[in-house]
Formats: sequence, C-alpha cells, structure tokens
Amino acid sequence: MVPFAGWEMPIQYPTGPIEEHRLVRRSAGLFDTCHMGRIRIYGPGATQLLDTLLTARLSDLKVGYSRYSLLLREDGGVLDDLFAYRLGEEEWFIVVNASNMEKDLAWFQQWARRGSAIPAKEGSAMPAAAGGGEPVNEWNTLLTSQGGATPVKVEDLSSRFGMIAFQGPRALEILTRITLDEGGKRWTPPERFGWSWVWMGKELLSEPPHVTDQRGASVTRANHLTHADPYPGVRCLVGRTGYTGEDGVEIFPPWDRTPFVWEAILSAAQNLGIEAGPAGLAARDSLRFEPGFALYGHELSEEITPVEASLLWACDLEKPFVGRDAVIKRKEEGPKEKLATFVMEDRSVPRAGYPVADETGKTVGRVVTGLYAPSLDAFAGNAFIVPDLAGSGKTIYIVIRGALKRARVVKRPLYKPAYRS
Amino acid sequence: MTYDPEVKYQKSHEWARKDGTLFTVGISDYAQDSLGDVVFVELPVTGKVVKKGDAFGVVESVKAASDVYAPLSGTIVEVNSKLKDDPSLVNKEPFGAGWFVKIQASNPSEYEELLSATEYEAFVKGL
Repeated sequence: MVPFAGWEMPIQYPTGPIEEHRLVRRSAGLFDTCHMGRIRIYGPGATQLLDTLLTARLSDLKVGYSRYSLLLREDGGVLDDLFAYRLGEEEWFIVVNASNMEKDLAWFQQWARRGSAIPAKEGSAMPAAAGGGEPVNEWNTLLTSQGGATPVKVEDLSSRFGMIAFQGPRALEILTRITLDEGGKRWTPPERFGWSWVWMGKELLSEPPHVTDQRGASVTRANHLTHADPYPGVRCLVGRTGYTGEDGVEIFPPWDRTPFVWEAILSAAQNLGIEAGPAGLAARDSLRFEPGFALYGHELSEEITPVEASLLWACDLEKPFVGRDAVIKRKEEGPKEKLATFVMEDRSVPRAGYPVADETGKTVGRVVTGLYAPSLDAFAGNAFIVPDLAGSGKTIYIVIRGALKRARVVKRPLYKPAYRS
Repeated sequence: MTYDPEVKYQKSHEWARKDGTLFTVGISDYAQDSLGDVVFVELPVTGKVVKKGDAFGVVESVKAASDVYAPLSGTIVEVNSKLKDDPSLVNKEPFGAGWFVKIQASNPSEYEELLSATEYEAFVKGL
C-alpha cells in the first residue's frame, strides 16, 4: 500500500501489475477508485455555470449521458480533467482527480457564489443509509433533498458515495448477472458514455418472479428485492465509462455498501467461471497509457494548456468558457512544446522526469510518463518536446542514467480502445 | 519468503554463492518481492572491474529503478544473458535462473564477511 493523495492505495495485488493489466485486457478487472473526488452541482443555473467553467459544451448533453472535459484557469492552465454525468436538467455529478479535489471544490464554490447574490448553503441534513434487509437507496435520499429555487449548490459527495471501476471485455457479462434496472427487469447497459440507475444485488439466476403482496397488489421492484436476502439491492449510479481502453463501467454505490458491491462482482464472476480480479494503481497507469488517456500530474498540469496536451478535441472553442481566450491565443501562437508518445528502440526503461535529447545530446524535452507497456511488450512513454521533434516517426533520445537511449515518436493511441470501431 | 541457506547476503539485498573459483551474484527473494514485476535488468559488460559496494547494474521493476551493488570485489566474467529476454526470471527464480553476474573475486575473504541466511533473515524481519 502506498500513500496517494492522502489515501492508502494498493499499487498492486498479489498477481502483480503486468498480470493485472493482461487480465483486464483479456477478461475483467476491478479497481478501487474511491480516492477520486465526487461532486454534485445542482440547482437553477447549474448547467450554465458548468458550461462556463468547463471546456466541453455541456448544455447539449442529454440527461443520461456523461462527457469528458477539462477545467481551466483564466490563463489556460489545466486545473483538472474530469467526467461530468448529467443527472437532470440542472443536476450534475462530477468525478475529478483525488489530488485536485480540494482545489476543484473551492473553484466550483467560488464561481457558484459569484453567480448569485445568495450564498449557496453547504450540505443538508440527510437520514442515515438504510440498514440490512432494506434496499439501500441513498441516491434517492440525496436527489430528492434539493430545495426549491435555490442558487447553484456545490456538494462534496466523496465520502458519501464510493467508486469502483469494472473494466474488460467480459465485465458487462458478469455485471448483468447481478443487476436490475429501475423497472426491476434485468439491466441492459447503456451505450458508451451513457449512465443508468442500477440495483446491484446478489447473483440473479433468472428473471425476478412476479410478486404480489398479501393484498394482491404488485410489489414494487424495491420491495421485491427486499424479500431476497439480507442485502437485497443497492441502488448505484453506473456509467459506461472507464480509463482502460476496454469496455466496462464505473459504479458509484453508497459509501458503506461499496465493499458489498465489490464482493458481489467477484463472487458473480467466480460462479460464472469468468476470470476477474482486482487491479491496482500500477496496472491502472499502464492500462490508461496505452489507449492514450492523460493522467493529471503527468500529461496535464497548471503549467500546460490543452494546446500542448493535444486536448483541443475536449474544448469547444465556439462557446465561451474560462480560459478560452488563452487557449485560442496559444493555439494561434503555436505551442513551445507538444505532447509526444514514444516507444523505446534501445531497450531501456524511461521514467517520468528523465530528460529528452536530440541526437547531439541537447535537451529538447522531458518525459512525463514512462513505463513497460504490457500489451505492446515494449518500453514506452509520453514526453513534452519541441514541436519539430514531436511528429510521428521522429527519432528522439531519452537520457537514462546519463546515456542517450534511442526512441521513436509514434502515433497515439498505441492501443486502440476496444469500444472504438 | 525464501532465504536460500546455500548463499550469503549483504544488507542491500544481493546474494553471492561460491561456484568453484567464481562467485555467482543475484538479488534476494525479499528484494524481488519488494520490487514487484521486474521488467528490465541492466548489466555491466564482462571484464568490468568492481569494488565491493559498487553499483554494477540496475534492476527495473514496474515500480522503480534500483541499483544493484557488488557483494564482492573482482572482475565481472559472465553476465546472465537470459535476463535480457526474460527479466521475470528474477521474480520467478531469484536464487536460480534469475542470477545477474559471475565475479572472479580479487579478495575472496570478503565472502566470509557476508551475512548468513539466518543473519539476513533476522535483518530483513527487523526492517
């Protein structure tokens, strides 16, 4: 276990990060991502506020979908990258990086206050989560708690809801065995970037039987689940999103039911005879690197704009947002350095922080991610380097323990996400 | 955790085994377990002269790069070329196929100064 943004996180589980990586690529892996920040932003004006703060256009996103976006400072520096799930017209669920949580929360709150004369009330009294035997519907408790016409509220949900990512080509096959949709039917996963409310429970071997109560009335799905076992069901937000380049989901259960969901998934996989197991931070890093996903603190920082990071695709320059003018200016001037992905030709391990040189040994950049990429069986990485050398096919040198080791700049992604046809 | 009694150790977690006139050198089971998946081993060229305590190579795991220190002074006379294609041998057989180099010792009495398996195990457990 290692400290990670104040959390004790497993770098790896007993099988080791390379095997964990391969398990996710060939079958399914489970990630404890509870360290990430979860923020609810809601109330009249919430969508407009987020449209102003985030680089992506959110106003045209349908309820039931999510979108990747960046959060910028006025000078274009990247404060964070995040996923925004639209829960309602004026209701958003935002997932941010653990290390940026406090900063992001303060940023959102500051802008929410600026947008209204009445300061937003922080939090609200919530009843405790239901105990065993009752369906756990913490989400419903939360979402029905908003007041009337209030200004935009920003609420930290990080300690109220957990987060598990379940990723891999067979993840959904396993998950659909332990899930019901809102209507009490077997859950059908939404399309990529969609999300839905899901009741997670123990393994369902058949369609739930039609149940009537003593007076002959149809029993609601919640009551139906109540009859099944001590943990009849936990209502979770499930997004068809992820950070591995594989199909899969990210699951947000109530905090104290997160271990139950974790165990239920592993147990369902075992009963089905489908390979699945936990994967740690090291595997998460190599799994996100291969399909070309940025990791804050590496490919992204406040010193980098979306132009250097090749993330203009996540910026809608047609609408106003904080940092847009700086981004447009940087785009027109041309960046001084660009993000390049490279593969080592001399066999050696690049690491974040190593200098990048040209053939004369002159420093032309720096490595921000360097690792062994299991799916390629190669050493590879990302570096910010001068634009002249950032094009694919260029030869660069990574300075490893004082020696120049040859590498080739390649096109991203090194691993094409399985869901992108 | 294995502490091979046939070899002697130093506190930086390398081991040496007397093989005829040469000493075979590798890293301990504890070391490979702490490093995790080994992905690369950088070894010296044969003929290189090392002093006891010199860094003579680097072992790279998914987590980190770590120097490997010579437990004995002498000349590197052979390196384990199999580690180039399969560095995971260090994880699988740290005292066997995962050896690093063979040293022609210039001062074989240094071997006697190394820790026995029992002493090394006690040292590791105190870490």
